Amino acid sequence: MTTLDESPPPVGDTARALPRRTGTAVRRLVRHWSVVLAATVLAVAVLWALAPGWFTGASPTRIDAAQKLLPPSGAHWFGTDRLGRDQFSRVVHGARASLTGSAVAVLVGVTVGSVFGALAGWLGTWVDAVVMRLIDVVLSIPGFLLAITIVVVLGYGVLQAAFAVGITSSATFARLIRAEVLRSRTSQYVEAAVASGARSSTVLVRHVVPNSLVPTLSLVTVQFGIAIIWIASLSFLGLGAQPPSPEWGRLVADGRNYLASSPYLVVCPALTVVAVVLAGNHLARHFAERQER
Amino acid sequence: MTPYILRRLVQAVLVLWAAYTLTFALLTALPGDAISNRINNPQNQLTPEDGRTLKAFYGLDRPIVVQYAHALDALLHGNLGYSLSSGSTVSSLLGDALPHTLVLTALGLTFGVLVAAALGIAGSYAPWSRLRALLQSFPALAASVPSFVVGILILDGFSFRLRLIPAVDDGTFLALVGPALTLGIMIAAPLAQVFTAAITATRRQPFVHVLQARGAGEHYVFRHGVLRNASLPVITMLGLAVGELIAGSVVTEAVFARNGIGQITLNAVNTQDLPVVQGVVLISTTGYVLVNLLADVIHPLIDPRIRADILARRAKRPSRARPGADEAVPARLPDEAVAS
Amino acid sequence: MNGDSPPESGAAPGPVLSVADLSVGYRVGPGTRTAVRNVSFELAEGQVLALVGESGSGKSTIGHAVLDLLPGNGRLLGGTVSYRGRTISGLPARQLRQLRGRAISLIPQDPTLSLDPIRRVGSQVDDVLRLHTGLDAEARRTKVHELFELVGFHDVERRYRQFPHELSGGMRQRVLIAAAVAAEPDVIIADEPTSGLDATVQAQVLDLIDDLRRRTGTAVVLITHDLGVAADRSDLVGVLRQGRLVELAPTAEFVRSPRDDYSRHLLDSVPARLEFPDRGSGRAPSHGPAAVEVTNLRKHYGDHVAVDGVSFTVEQGETFAVVGESGSGKSTTARILTGLVPATAGRVRLLGTDVGDLSAKAFRPLRGDVQIVFQNPHASFDPRFDVLSVVAEPLRSFQPVRSRHRLRRENRDRVVAALEAASLPASFLHRHPRELSGGQRQRVAIARALVSDPRIVVLDEPVSALDVSVQAQILALLDRLQRERGLTYVLISHDLAVVRAISDHVAVMRHGRIVEQGAVAEVFGTPACDYTADLLGAMSGRQLAIR
Repeated sequence: MTTLDESPPPVGDTARALPRRTGTAVRRLVRHWSVVLAATVLAVAVLWALAPGWFTGASPTRIDAAQKLLPPSGAHWFGTDRLGRDQFSRVVHGARASLTGSAVAVLVGVTVGSVFGALAGWLGTWVDAVVMRLIDVVLSIPGFLLAITIVVVLGYGVLQAAFAVGITSSATFARLIRAEVLRSRTSQYVEAAVASGARSSTVLVRHVVPNSLVPTLSLVTVQFGIAIIWIASLSFLGLGAQPPSPEWGRLVADGRNYLASSPYLVVCPALTVVAVVLAGNHLARHFAERQER
Repeated sequence: MTPYILRRLVQAVLVLWAAYTLTFALLTALPGDAISNRINNPQNQLTPEDGRTLKAFYGLDRPIVVQYAHALDALLHGNLGYSLSSGSTVSSLLGDALPHTLVLTALGLTFGVLVAAALGIAGSYAPWSRLRALLQSFPALAASVPSFVVGILILDGFSFRLRLIPAVDDGTFLALVGPALTLGIMIAAPLAQVFTAAITATRRQPFVHVLQARGAGEHYVFRHGVLRNASLPVITMLGLAVGELIAGSVVTEAVFARNGIGQITLNAVNTQDLPVVQGVVLISTTGYVLVNLLADVIHPLIDPRIRADILARRAKRPSRARPGADEAVPARLPDEAVAS
Repeated sequence: MNGDSPPESGAAPGPVLSVADLSVGYRVGPGTRTAVRNVSFELAEGQVLALVGESGSGKSTIGHAVLDLLPGNGRLLGGTVSYRGRTISGLPARQLRQLRGRAISLIPQDPTLSLDPIRRVGSQVDDVLRLHTGLDAEARRTKVHELFELVGFHDVERRYRQFPHELSGGMRQRVLIAAAVAAEPDVIIADEPTSGLDATVQAQVLDLIDDLRRRTGTAVVLITHDLGVAADRSDLVGVLRQGRLVELAPTAEFVRSPRDDYSRHLLDSVPARLEFPDRGSGRAPSHGPAAVEVTNLRKHYGDHVAVDGVSFTVEQGETFAVVGESGSGKSTTARILTGLVPATAGRVRLLGTDVGDLSAKAFRPLRGDVQIVFQNPHASFDPRFDVLSVVAEPLRSFQPVRSRHRLRRENRDRVVAALEAASLPASFLHRHPRELSGGQRQRVAIARALVSDPRIVVLDEPVSALDVSVQAQILALLDRLQRERGLTYVLISHDLAVVRAISDHVAVMRHGRIVEQGAVAEVFGTPACDYTADLLGAMSGRQLAIR
């Protein structure tokens, strides 16, 4: 009665209750074609990482001096690099390093962040105060720089870089999860559950945890994209994946010396990164919008 | 307001101290260091005796707590220690490089803010919904492109192909354009996204509708209603974007082969020159914290509600208890009775 | 003012505002949903037309359509809006802007959201003068000061410089009224101008609008869901139902003998007209211990005293109402009774058990006997739960985790029984609350409160978010359940008409204290306290109660 009362569909005892399902699955697919596309891109990238052999017969590391720096063709879709290695195969095989890396990063970030964030939000008092200060401190160091510092400690490599990115992002996760736990803990449905006699363990397991995790999903997807970019950037700087193993950032770094003559060596892996990150971000936005509804 | 700023300043110093301690703890957990690496190098010409002297000189033979105390003490005297690889003071190294990076990031920031403002406004007010959708998709696209890719493409396009700007840093302003553009695009993306979202949200507010009902046109509504409300989240985002900028300068300086903090960072990382890494982190964190402090001070200047919160908190520490639904606002003057 | 004749000004005859055959639709997905169908009315100078209807009836849409300010997906499907004989619908934007605020102005519905939170309220009123007059800054400031005096502010310069959050709800609405009359419009659209305000403040705001209207001869379209307000404050009443104007009649005539069935149904649903037998006189005392016994209860939040020494006794099987305006401490009292917040001091006995200093854990065994129904049922349901899980929660809470599987069927049957008691079909079990209407959700909340067979139910504003006809149904349901099951109700409400309809005893709270309590008929009939009298005086719809 206090808001614009006409724009949403009518609700009132006189009005018929809304139909339970709006539209069929097919119609939903059509309406969300961009979501389907994004999911397909991600699925292909994941398959590249899991089973590169299904997509390319060429070896990513076999050197063939006779075939170096060839432009894209039917035999070499993305051309060949300075050592005559098939660039498409290197991109496909590079998916493993990039995606495993970002998966590890997100996993580390979510796990560490959830533990700290949930403890702070649920226990409150001094635990909350300490965790919040810790989060403030970690977030006060520019993220990428913190990741570099951790790489210095851990050494170079994709997994090390992934771990560094994960630890850096855990503060962001912790802050979000703390806020969600707090919001859920002080919500009226939790109050109603308490009033109806629920044990505090039940409240935590049945209400607070599931309702705090759902909003994290969209951050997970965003963070997945950020992790790909950061790991690629670290590899580009020489702090991540080490040659000869293919990784998307590494491929761009290798290719940039031949940019004038063979731009595809940079463009193809770069576009792959952009496509995967874009797909991830699109899905994230989709999740966030669904949540608002 | 002054006590608030002072309190924030003290908090900032504490955060800096904690961040310094954190990086110190991280880096001392490291098994190796530049000196040990040199000593353990098979081709080293140092006698074990010389090695010990060197280690003693840098204080690496003492317990970690003592090292930390010394480092902190030196820090308070403005001494960041000595570079393990070149031997010069960390402060002079950073002092030489800092101006380059500052000019670059300042230009990048200016550029990013301008682009974000233009995109935000155009994406919200352009005619035709399709054009708006197109403009609004730019930031999302830009946010998905790694900055090293942007840098390489700019370098290739503007320097090598079009020959508009120099490919190497010749000290001219023109040479700054490429890297600044790279940084600008990098931070313009999130800023534009936040700005567009804020404009959209503000335009849905009932007070905008009321302003229109008073006869205000789109332009008047934007200038007097939307702009200031929508800039609030942008200021917060701007504080965060500066962190991206500092980190981005590492990548950008590498792509454009420019001198600066980024270049020093990379060298230090590659030679395990810990005092320099520590110095870089400290100086970047300081800059980042200061900018966010600034954002925290600007916020209440624009938003009177935050100002009121600050004043209320100074008068009384907030109670942790949550009052009941209808008691949420305890202290309101019962002016109603007076009024009629 | 009911049946007020227009002031004898020398203006041209003929309607100042006329709406002819107006239809408005909203684009929803691929189709268009018609919100307003063929509505026509005319408004003479100085007249007040009340547009009443339940949510979704299209009343606000008409207000927006008159100003040509429909939301982005709204569209005029047909008909015209004319101002002083000149058609204004479809005029170019520039000309429309000149009319808005000067010829036709708006008093919006939510005073909190309708003011820009970061601009001084004075300059927000000043907008109107900047847009519609050629006055310089100083003259405009003087004019805003005059307007603020007009709406009852004293320290006008201080008010000019204040921000919305520094003003109370009623004062914000005064600012919005000042802005609405600043350019001396001929028509004011008042869109639910008092929703969300306390009754006494609501009466003051409506008096102010009335007063200004009479002085200037402005016509008013008063959009409201409250038939009482409409009956008290208008010359004409238009009843809307699903976008159609089902009745348009002079107010006195409408109140006396509505012609349309729906209008009659609405009028009969008004709480002032609801009557349940043997209420209000204080029924025969039941045996056994008192259901609720509160002695000298206090609750402090830091320095703020929310409940300041409250004592009352609720006998088993009766309805005890606690009424008060916002900030009176009534909700806090309810939350202490249900063990959701601990009291600072004082004694609470529930069914003979002293719970005054019980911890939340120690309170738990009592929860089977004491349940609560919240004002906003939707917020009190876990967003992931369907109706079955929501209603079964109190049952599961008291069952050992291990036997849960075994009890599943039995729980289901008890949930179905509770739903049926709340007049909901068993087919609702696997619905999601999101798919239900407001009234259905409140029934689910009631079913949840009943499923564990409690003896005391605390009702925290159980009907204040509902439309009037749904309100009547829920009140009837609550009354029936109490009689069938011998329940004890503690009813928290701001609405005296609701309290009168279903309560036996009442306590009036103000600033954390009970200023008066007793049997409803006594307290409402011969109030001993000035504040109670003020509350009763501010009640809208006295015209409706007399039949």
